[in-house]
Amino acid sequence: MGMTHVVDRRLNGKNKSAVNRERFLRRYRQHIKKAVADAVQKRSITDIERGESVSIPSRDIHEPIFHHGQGGKREMVHPGNQEFVAGDEIAKPEGGGGGGSGAGQASPDGEGMDEFAFQITQDEFLDFLFDDLELPNLARKKLKDTEAFTWQRSGFTSQGVPAKLDVVRSLRGAHARRLGLSGARRKKIRELQEQLAALKSAPDDLDPAFSHADQIEALESEIARLKANVRRIPFIDEIDLRYRQHVKKPKPATSAVMFCLMDVSGSMTQTHKDIAKRFFILLYLFLKKNYKKIDVVFIRHHTSAKEVDEEEFFYSRETGGTIVSSALKLMHKIIESRYSPDEWNIYAAQASDGDNWNDDSPVCGKILAERIIPLVQYYSYVEITPQDHQMLWYEYQKVMESFPQSFAMQQIADPAEIYPVFRQLFERKAA
Amino acid sequence: MTDTIEHPKLPNREQVRPDPISTGSEWTFDLIRKYDEEIAKCAEEFGLDTYPNQVEVISAEQMMDAYSSVGMPVGYHHWSFGKQFLNTSKGYQRGQMGLAYEIVINSNPCIAYLMEENTLPMQALVIAHACYGHNSFFKGNYLFRTWTDASAIIDYLVFARNYVAECEERHGVEAVEEILDSCHALMNHGVDRYKRPPPISAAEERRQQKEREEYVQRQLNDLWRTIPKMGDEDDDPERRRQRYPSEPQENILYFIEKNAPLLETWQREIIRIVRKLGQYFYPQRQTQVMNEGWASFWHYTLLHRMYEKGLVTDGFMLEFLQSHTAVIYQPPFNSPWYSGINPYTLGFSIFSDLRRMCENPTDEDREWFPDIAGSDWVETLHFAMRNFKDESFIQQFLSPRVMRDMKFFSIENDDQEDVFRVTAIHDDPGYRPLREKLARQYNLSYREPNIQVWNVDVRGDRSLTLRHIPVDRVPLGEDADEVLRHVHRLWGFDVHLESVDEGTVVAEHHCPPRDLNDG
Repeated sequence: MGMTHVVDRRLNGKNKSAVNRERFLRRYRQHIKKAVADAVQKRSITDIERGESVSIPSRDIHEPIFHHGQGGKREMVHPGNQEFVAGDEIAKPEGGGGGGSGAGQASPDGEGMDEFAFQITQDEFLDFLFDDLELPNLARKKLKDTEAFTWQRSGFTSQGVPAKLDVVRSLRGAHARRLGLSGARRKKIRELQEQLAALKSAPDDLDPAFSHADQIEALESEIARLKANVRRIPFIDEIDLRYRQHVKKPKPATSAVMFCLMDVSGSMTQTHKDIAKRFFILLYLFLKKNYKKIDVVFIRHHTSAKEVDEEEFFYSRETGGTIVSSALKLMHKIIESRYSPDEWNIYAAQASDGDNWNDDSPVCGKILAERIIPLVQYYSYVEITPQDHQMLWYEYQKVMESFPQSFAMQQIADPAEIYPVFRQLFERKAA
Repeated sequence: MTDTIEHPKLPNREQVRPDPISTGSEWTFDLIRKYDEEIAKCAEEFGLDTYPNQVEVISAEQMMDAYSSVGMPVGYHHWSFGKQFLNTSKGYQRGQMGLAYEIVINSNPCIAYLMEENTLPMQALVIAHACYGHNSFFKGNYLFRTWTDASAIIDYLVFARNYVAECEERHGVEAVEEILDSCHALMNHGVDRYKRPPPISAAEERRQQKEREEYVQRQLNDLWRTIPKMGDEDDDPERRRQRYPSEPQENILYFIEKNAPLLETWQREIIRIVRKLGQYFYPQRQTQVMNEGWASFWHYTLLHRMYEKGLVTDGFMLEFLQSHTAVIYQPPFNSPWYSGINPYTLGFSIFSDLRRMCENPTDEDREWFPDIAGSDWVETLHFAMRNFKDESFIQQFLSPRVMRDMKFFSIENDDQEDVFRVTAIHDDPGYRPLREKLARQYNLSYREPNIQVWNVDVRGDRSLTLRHIPVDRVPLGEDADEVLRHVHRLWGFDVHLESVDEGTVVAEHHCPPRDLNDG
């Protein structure tokens, strides 16, 4: 009998199965993507940001082995007999099958098919959701990024331009240097002055032969010499100068702003808004995958535009006509005042039912093309309507023709189309 | 169905003043060591011979990891283990499934995992069950002695994992995954049941790898050299009738490893690795009732001995007995929880009854088991543990008493009849047939279809023919075609599978599927 070793393995890594789990997810990528796409349709908007339970038909992940099938003659021993005696006959249940073999196999053609269900994390969920999608024009911005620097203070240096001179620190340095350099002499001066004072305060001897006048004179001249010496120490020297140092730090372009523009005029029903909301949320999640920090600006408009918070954006109702350009103008104004394109990746999504005051549509096209598209990474327009397009759509089409890289538009008729349309808008374009 | 099992009763304590090792239910490493020491002393009293133990305390997450790699402490990477893991963690997180209290590895030293969540009585139960029960079974049972080499397995697993990882690097994850998928489909057909295999050894493997590479290539050349060129079919009927292999081979994986014409060396090595793992698990598949029964009998017996010695408290025993009763619970056939015979119950009942027959034999026992009734129980149980597998163990030791207690009965389901027939029950005329039927139920070749390599068309299209011998007309399950696709992937040429019942072909499977018009 051997000795027993007791080992504490709890601190060893868990997640030994991580690789195998990852292999599994990779193998069933297509299944999982489909489940994720379905989930997006069904989920309520507020809880989209969590993991997901994914189901795959068991037969697809089944590992086949040779085993017995149904049929033939089988005999099985079971426990728990109550009233049977040898020779009893028991009618087989309708349908022939019967439980004798105990191998309750599910039929492969879907009926009673059991599912293999498992959880994926939120990150995995988003990865699958946005698989093969990419943010358009990310490359362009990346190039720019290398030029986007911030200056950051990083201590002091002895060289620099006068504008960066730190007066207080320089003078403090000078003062210290003066004290350091003059210390010995000022001590001497103090001593001599004490002697001088002692001599001067001594009772005056009448006998000139014993007069202190010589000594006093000598002391005074020595003190004067030392003082002159001290005075020659420069008040401020080149080596005292301290400049504030700034270094250039490349600024990561991890901040993005997303503009949500929505028509809230009377013609937009709650269904329209829900569709729009789902679309905005997809965009938000997608951006979140790529950027650390995202600002969201909600602009709603009917005949005039207003920046509002999320709650008001989605749930308050308005009546009346529509002037889309009001929202575009407001967006431009906000960009100019708060989101410099040098620092921000700007994305915009506009949702509308296509209604607009006809005279306004050409104005919209013009504002977009001239003032907004040049500033943004990507502008997407979704028109939520099952009906024919109106003027606005055709104006926007012109914009799309001139800016195919940074402008895209699609039509959505019912909620099931949101995700496919979103995918179309952000499909990875072949390089 | 607790009434079928003797109600656990606390034994009388010897005339010792109880001086329990501990009274609380929280465990510490010190306490685990103390309990282990005392359990070891009890085990020695009963002559249990074990490998040294290595007890590893792990967390629940780690237990799930261990679970998913089918009890291999080190495993190569494969998606199916990931699937297993997702399944386990899902069940665990929903609370549908408790994790196993323990996992024990047939290795030397014998590795047993204890979960940190267990209470102290549970840890003691697991130590008795795994470190002394299973451990002594691994060391003593003839199947394990023949088929596995406890001192080499860990090394071999490490070797296997590194080799597979190397292949993945060189040939890509997907290429390796394909081969592994196909091998896993045939893993149960990677063993020679009647030949003693050479022991597994990682060092030997590495040394031989090179040698094998050359040798196999030479062999292959010999086999295929005689192949006529296309359009030059060998018409000599005598030679065409000669089968290759001349005798049917049941070790399909071995046959493919050695004879598949197109496999690359690394692919053959991977087949070999899966085959060796199949070999390692082969004894476990045939001794589940015995192994679990033995371990349960000993945790029960050892902890009662501890109680007799005054080393554990009444509270400890109550908690232990509650777990014990749950483990050996057998739901009756008509219960919604019924899913076949619980191997823990059956094995525990037989071993316990063996002891009873030795100590308190009845007339019935003397009639049925003249050699056992009244004999030394420790010796008799050890003899039973060492020299049998489930099938022969049941045939040899299942007593009328246990059949009555478990209220066994057998049902015949013949697809040519409209009724199920009760063929035997736990009564005088029924005992022998019932025992035979139950024993047969644990015969591996009755549980799994009997499929052998029948022929390779060496002089023709190189196709491989497998032959299935049905028992009682039981056909192959619907997976057969899919498995055949895997065989086809490994073999590289057409593969046929025919079910031959008494000389007539009753079913055929082909890969690629044969066009009906082709005849």
